[in-house]
Amino acid sequence: MVLSELCTRLRNVRLRPDYIRKHVSRKVHFSYVSSPKPKNAGETQKLNMFQAINNGLNLVLEKDPTAVIFGEDVAFGGVFRCTMGLQEKYGTDRVFNTPLCEQGIAGFGIGLANAGATAIAEIQFADYIFPAFDQLVNEAAKVRYRSGGMFNCGKLTIRSPCGAVGHGGLYHSQSPEAYFAHTPGLKIVIPRGPIQAKGLLLSCIDEEDPCIIFEPKVLYRSAVDEVPLAHYKTPIGKAEVLREGDAVTLVGWGTQVHVLREVADLAQEKLDVSCEVIDLVSILPWDMEAVCKSVKKTGRVVIAHEAPLTGGFAAEIAATIQEECFLYLEAPVQRITGWDTPFPLVFEDFYLPDKWRCFDAVKRILNY
Amino acid sequence: MALSIISRSFKASCYIHRRKWTNIKHFSIATGEPEFLGVNTIFTNELKFLNKDSYHPIPIYRIFDGSDKSTLTNVKLDNETLLKMYHNMITLSVMDKILYESQRQGRISFYMTNAGEEALQIGSAAALSLKDMIYAQYREAGVLLWRGYKLSQFMNQCYGNCEDEGKGRQMPVHYGSKALNFVTLSSPLTTQLPQAVGAAYALKRAKSDSCVTVYFGDGAASEGDAHAAFNFAATLDCPIIFMCRNNGYAISTPTHEQYKGDGIAAKGPAYGINTVRVDGNDALAVNHATRIAREFCINEQKPVLIEAMSYRVGHHSTSDDSTAYRSNDEIMQWTKYTPIMKFRHYLEKLGLWNQEKESNLVKSTRKEVLTALEIAEIKLKPHWKDMFTDVYKEIPQHIKKQMEDMETHLEKYHDHYPLSKYKKL
Repeated sequence: MVLSELCTRLRNVRLRPDYIRKHVSRKVHFSYVSSPKPKNAGETQKLNMFQAINNGLNLVLEKDPTAVIFGEDVAFGGVFRCTMGLQEKYGTDRVFNTPLCEQGIAGFGIGLANAGATAIAEIQFADYIFPAFDQLVNEAAKVRYRSGGMFNCGKLTIRSPCGAVGHGGLYHSQSPEAYFAHTPGLKIVIPRGPIQAKGLLLSCIDEEDPCIIFEPKVLYRSAVDEVPLAHYKTPIGKAEVLREGDAVTLVGWGTQVHVLREVADLAQEKLDVSCEVIDLVSILPWDMEAVCKSVKKTGRVVIAHEAPLTGGFAAEIAATIQEECFLYLEAPVQRITGWDTPFPLVFEDFYLPDKWRCFDAVKRILNY
Repeated sequence: MALSIISRSFKASCYIHRRKWTNIKHFSIATGEPEFLGVNTIFTNELKFLNKDSYHPIPIYRIFDGSDKSTLTNVKLDNETLLKMYHNMITLSVMDKILYESQRQGRISFYMTNAGEEALQIGSAAALSLKDMIYAQYREAGVLLWRGYKLSQFMNQCYGNCEDEGKGRQMPVHYGSKALNFVTLSSPLTTQLPQAVGAAYALKRAKSDSCVTVYFGDGAASEGDAHAAFNFAATLDCPIIFMCRNNGYAISTPTHEQYKGDGIAAKGPAYGINTVRVDGNDALAVNHATRIAREFCINEQKPVLIEAMSYRVGHHSTSDDSTAYRSNDEIMQWTKYTPIMKFRHYLEKLGLWNQEKESNLVKSTRKEVLTALEIAEIKLKPHWKDMFTDVYKEIPQHIKKQMEDMETHLEKYHDHYPLSKYKKL
C-alpha cells in the first residue's frame, strides 16, 4: 500500500510541467513575442517558423519552374519539417535527397545557378557547413567578380538551421555567421521569427547574389506569427528597430533579439530607463546607418550574439560605431556574447548571453 | 499492488522480447539470400580480400598505332575536321612557347603550358557541341581555341588589359567565355567538379540536347570534391563527361604518391559510372571516346568518366622547374614522339599533310601570335574602379564608400600609383 502510493506520487510528479521545466533541459532562454501582423498583409495564417518557411518554398516552386530544393533528407520533409509535402506536390526531380556530403551540396548548387536554375540548398545544421566553406567562400562568393560578370551563381540560396537549442552541444548549436561575414560576395541573413523567415527566404531566392539564410532552429516550433500567405519580401541589408528608446541601444539578431526585448523590459522595470532594441536582420551587408543613427541618439550600445566573442560579428559593429559615433559615445561599446569556448552541452545555461548577462551590461554601461 | 504492477509489466516486456527473439530467429533461418539494403550480392564462405590485382587493369583505348591499318578505321573524321584539329594543335603549341618566353622576360606574371596534352584537349573538344557547357581546371586552353576563342582574347586575359572580359582580376590562363559556354576557371582545384554536376542537372531538367564536360587532372582527383562530384553525378543521373587528364604528375608529386589503385578510371565503376581509359596522345581515340560518351550522356542522362593518359611535357607552371623532381631522360623520352607528331604522321599517311605545309603553318602562326601579343601588351589596364564592381550585382553602400575613399586618396597621392597604365573613365 505504501509502496503503491509512492509509485503513484512519483509518476505524478514526473508528469508535472514544472518538474519537466526544472529537470529536463528543454526550457528556452527567451520568451517569444509574436511579430505584429503586417499592414495590408492580405490573408494570413497562424504558422510557426518551419511552416512559414515551407509556405515560402511552396510559393517559389509554384512560380519558378527551374527552382529545385535539395540537401540531406529533404525529400521526406526534412529533419525540421521545413520541406514537408513538397516532393509529393512538385516531384522527385525538384525536391530530392543528395548524398551525405556538404561540399557536394554547395558545389552542386553553384553549378545549377551557373546554368540559370534557381537552387535552394539545405545544410542540415550550420555546424556542418564547414565542409562547404571552400565552395562558398572561394567559389560562390567570387564567381561574378572573377569572371568579370560573365558568370554568376546569384540564384543560389543556402538554408541552414543555426544557434542554441537547449541541448545541442558542440555540433548542433553553432552560429557561424562571422566566418562568412568576412567574405565579400555573399549575403547573409538571420530571421527572428516566422514572418521574417518567409520574407527573407523569398528575398534571398530572388536576390541576384548567393545568399545564406541561417534559421535559428529553436524558433522552428516555438515561434508563431500571423504569417501573410501571399508572396512578400523582407529587405536584405535593412535592420529593424523593434522598440524605440533613448538610454541604451541593444543590437542583436535571430533568437537573441527576443532576449534583448526582455532585457529592455527588465531595464524599464528595474532601472526605469528605455532601451532601443534593434534586430540587425542582415549580417552582410549590414545596416550601419540604422545602428549608428540609434547610437548617436542613445550614446550607449550593447551588442549581443550567441557566437563566441573573439572575431564575432559584434567586433565589426563595435569598430564601426567607434569610428562613426566617437563623439556621441558616453561609454565603451559592450559586447555580450558566447564565451571563447566550444559550445558546451550541460553548461549551456552558463554559456549563453542570457538576459541577466545582458541586463548587467546595461546596468554597467549606464553607470559608466 | 505496486509489486503486482511491476511484475505484470515485467511479464509483458518479456513477452514482447520473446516475440522479437523468435521473429529474428525465424527470419534469419528462412532466408538464403542477403537481405541487406546497401548491396545486391550473394553470401560466400570464402574469406578473400580484393584489391587492384584481383582483376585486370583497365586497358587503354587507342585508334592510331602508327601502322597503315589504323588509317582504314571506320571512325575516320572528315578532312576538314582533321585539318582544323591539327591547326589548333600547332597554334596552341606556338602560343605556349611565345607566352612561356614572355613570362620568362617578365612581360606577363605567370603562365602554364599545355605541351603533351594538345591531342587530349583538341580531340575531346572536337567531339563536343557549342551547346555543351565546359568546366575546366587550367590546362585546357586548346578546348577554348577549338571553340573559337581568339588569340587576342588569350593575350588580353594574360595581360589583364582593358579588353579582358575578366577585367584583369584573375591570374593569367584563368580564361572563361560566356559566348563559348566555357565557365571561367578558378585556381582552387576540383571545385569545378560538383559545380559541373549541378549544371548538368540543370541541363537535364531543361531537357536540353546537350551535356556538360568537366576537365581535371589526376592530382585534382584526390580532392574531396571529386568524390562528391562522382557520387552526385551517379545518384542524381546527370549528363556529364568527367575528363581526367592523367599526365603523371601533380606539380612534383608522381602518381604513385597520388593513389595506389588502378588510376582514376578504376574509381568510376565503384561509383556506378560508365568508364573508359584512352590514349590521351591519340587525338582520334580521345575524339571517338568523347563522341560516344556524349551520345550516351544525352541519351541515357547518365555520367561517363574518361581517363586520358598523357604526359606533362612542360613544367607545371612558370613558377616550377620540373627537373628538380624528374629526370631529363624521362622528359626526352616523351618529347621524342609527341601527340602532335603522332597526329601529323596520321595526316601524312592520309596524304593531307607535308613538310612544306608544316613550315608554312608554323611560320604564319608565329606571326599571328606575336602580333596579337604586341597589341595586347600596349593596351591600358582596366579603370581602377573595376576593382570594386561585380563583387555583387549592385554595389552595396559599404563598398561604394570604400571606392570613394580610394578616389579621395588617389586625388592626393596619385603620384605614387601607376595610374598612367590604367584606363581613365
